[in-house]
Amino acid sequence: MEEMENLRARLDEMLQSQRLAVLSTSGAGGAPYSNLVSFAALGTGRLLFATTRATRKYANLTADARVALLIDNRRGQEADFHEALAATALGSAVELAGEERDRGVAAYTAKFPFLEEFVRAPSCALFRMDVERWIVVTRFQNVIEVSPLP
Amino acid sequence: MTYTLPLDRVEPRDRERVGGKAYSLSRMAREGLPVPEALLVTADAYRDYLRGTGIGEAIALEINRKIADQMRWEEMWDAALRIRNLFLRTPLPAGIRAELARAIEESFRGVAVVVRSSAPGEDSATASFAGLHESFVNVRGTDAILDRIRLVWASLWSDAALLYRKELGLDVARSAMAVIVQEIVEGDRSGVAFSVSPENPSQGVIEAVHGLNQGLVDGSVEPDRWVLDRGSGRILSHRSAARQKALYAGDSGVEARPLPAALAATPPLDPEEVLLVFRAVVDVERFFGSPQDVEWTIRSGRLCLLQARPITTGGPTAAGDPRAWNLTLRRSFENLKALRQEVEGRWLPAMTSDARALAGADLEALSDEELAAEIERRQSLHAKWNDIYYAAFIPLAHGIRLFGQAYNDALRPEDPYEFMDLLGGTEMISLERNRLLTRMAGRIRGNPGLAEALRRGTLAGTDTAFDEDFERFSRTFGDLGCGTDRCFSGQGALVGLLLRMAAAPPARERFDAGQIERRREAFLARFEGDARQRASEMLDLGRASYRLRDNDNIHLGKIEGGLLAAVAEGKRRLSGRMGAESRDLSAEETARALRDPAWRPKRGVPRPCAEETGADLRVRQLRGQPAGPGIASGPARVISGPEDLLEIRAGEILVCDSIDPNMTFAVPLAAGIVERRGGMLIHGAIIAREYGIPCVTGIPGAAEVVRTGDRVSVDGWLGIVTIEPRLPFV
Repeated sequence: MEEMENLRARLDEMLQSQRLAVLSTSGAGGAPYSNLVSFAALGTGRLLFATTRATRKYANLTADARVALLIDNRRGQEADFHEALAATALGSAVELAGEERDRGVAAYTAKFPFLEEFVRAPSCALFRMDVERWIVVTRFQNVIEVSPLP
Repeated sequence: MTYTLPLDRVEPRDRERVGGKAYSLSRMAREGLPVPEALLVTADAYRDYLRGTGIGEAIALEINRKIADQMRWEEMWDAALRIRNLFLRTPLPAGIRAELARAIEESFRGVAVVVRSSAPGEDSATASFAGLHESFVNVRGTDAILDRIRLVWASLWSDAALLYRKELGLDVARSAMAVIVQEIVEGDRSGVAFSVSPENPSQGVIEAVHGLNQGLVDGSVEPDRWVLDRGSGRILSHRSAARQKALYAGDSGVEARPLPAALAATPPLDPEEVLLVFRAVVDVERFFGSPQDVEWTIRSGRLCLLQARPITTGGPTAAGDPRAWNLTLRRSFENLKALRQEVEGRWLPAMTSDARALAGADLEALSDEELAAEIERRQSLHAKWNDIYYAAFIPLAHGIRLFGQAYNDALRPEDPYEFMDLLGGTEMISLERNRLLTRMAGRIRGNPGLAEALRRGTLAGTDTAFDEDFERFSRTFGDLGCGTDRCFSGQGALVGLLLRMAAAPPARERFDAGQIERRREAFLARFEGDARQRASEMLDLGRASYRLRDNDNIHLGKIEGGLLAAVAEGKRRLSGRMGAESRDLSAEETARALRDPAWRPKRGVPRPCAEETGADLRVRQLRGQPAGPGIASGPARVISGPEDLLEIRAGEILVCDSIDPNMTFAVPLAAGIVERRGGMLIHGAIIAREYGIPCVTGIPGAAEVVRTGDRVSVDGWLGIVTIEPRLPFV
């Protein structure tokens, strides 16, 4: 199936070209909460995103590390319905510290040079999401599960 | 925005708005060539209709269900059928409607018209593809004309256009359609003329029929044909046609009438008129500066040119392109009626009698040499019937589509496949076979002693009625375990199937004869007079096509069974000297080995199984074609061979590459059906509708992406299959 053959390449390409993703976390009593975050992908297995520590999402992540992240390439046009690719990553997020945080900041700022001040601020937390699997949607309704590659 | 232009107001800058065909007509009108009055509906109207109603993205979603190269021709029909229904059911926005209605009323005031397509770019790419788009002859009244305009728009997405989508550059965002509303000229002779013969550049060709030329264009009326020398205008040859009938304008549309003897005996044109037509087409060629193909008609001695198109080479008839055959499947009602006579009167009886002769022959009595000859004879017999199957039987199945279109035009139903409900229920061999199975299962259900005896392996002697049915079943339908290339099972498997059927609630066909009859009456009530007669004939043809669609495979299966039986007898004899090797012999090899005891087949080294690729990808949901309404969920039973079919249990989802009618006995036990092949005419879809079982077709790699035991949901309303794997993913 052609769809399957080039799906990984399309996913990789989208993770490099897209900048924003919808992050979902759980709040008190498991209430879902979503917001936009900038992200950088390290392959399809690890994703980096940053948030300041005073935010609701930071509180949520501290209490429950399970997250979902939705990335898509819609253009805000009608044609999105048949053209757009949407990928949901399921997994958990961990805040980085020490040397790993330094390496993460380097990767993050390589993609977002204009966010360097933000991500280096002491009040900002950098998270690494470890992806357990991807749910990829094409052509409006075709759904394929993809296991992450490191 | 103005949506219409009179023929004489077209400027060169309007060319893309009015389409190639309309632009040519407007230039001919200005030149003083005899063309009918016409009003042009510009492509702006089409674009604003799509924009105003939002159906553009609905079309895009429809044609992008899957990768274009993976779409079968039947799936393109289905997509075209659904798109056509979308246009039928989506009214014109008030502003567009008001402007078109006003212009039509001013131009025609109740006069009958022809509504023709005029695709922008038609004189380049589309010119090689005649007949992609629809035209409607003899349409009267503003509402009817507005309806046909929408149908001409819809035909931008016709099955044939989708087939050549790449070449045409069809694209929802860019493609558009203009329309010509042309005063009808009810000629008494009509035809087409080629200023240059496609076969010989020094010649021209005129074809002519009595009456209107739609019959000539769609191939249902054979024309007289003249070949002329281009230089001198001399007639080089005249081929006379049988001239049995002609098409004339009826109350609405056209109808075929038999030709009176005097007309049948007379060629439509005398030599002087042939020359008149030829001179006209040469004038058109000179005017446009390139060879032309012109549709013309003569009314009361006056020649009128209906449309002109440049003659191009290439296009759909290019040698070696299998799509050319697909295009021949688009046939007119008249053409299919004649084909039905041929199939029912000639081919089916001959095929049945051949099958009977094969079944009656005593193969064991033949010598090895004679058996080898018999295998070869049966091979060529099977090949012959296979050719006839493609040449006549498959084309006839298109009566179903023709009826479906008439039904949808008249009733505009929400479900574009509702018409299938009028076709089913009767005289299908596979249904008769299933009814007999259901009856036997019923006897088991009502007789615990019989069930017990069967479970123990005692076949006969417990229940006489059951025994009779069982015997009759084997005699009439043979071994259920026979697939297309091999046989499996024996009676034990049939008994197992019956016991499982008895344990499940009885399957019911969705409609009884009374319900179907009431639907038939509701359909016919939409028509009056001659139109009702025609609608009734159309339904009759649809039913015949539908029956044949299922039965022909069973008949062909019997011919094939005869071949397999002879091969099996050969292999039985060869197993003595060749051992297990004889099992894999083809028919040719079996015949050869029977003749030459020293011969051994050459076999390549078996290839190791390819490593499974993409194991880290797993399909969770796929969109195919909705083919039987309803929703169902259950464990999958993936069918890789006949033995899998006999294993089916009640409530399972049957997943397969393709079902043929010889396999549909398992369907009443299934909760849902998923098939790789797509289209509404495939057997899985037909039988699923008969039992009201949810069915989705056109799922790429269905039998590979699903594994037996996976939990599968079948959404037969939207054509979606969801797979919940039996084993966890990671």
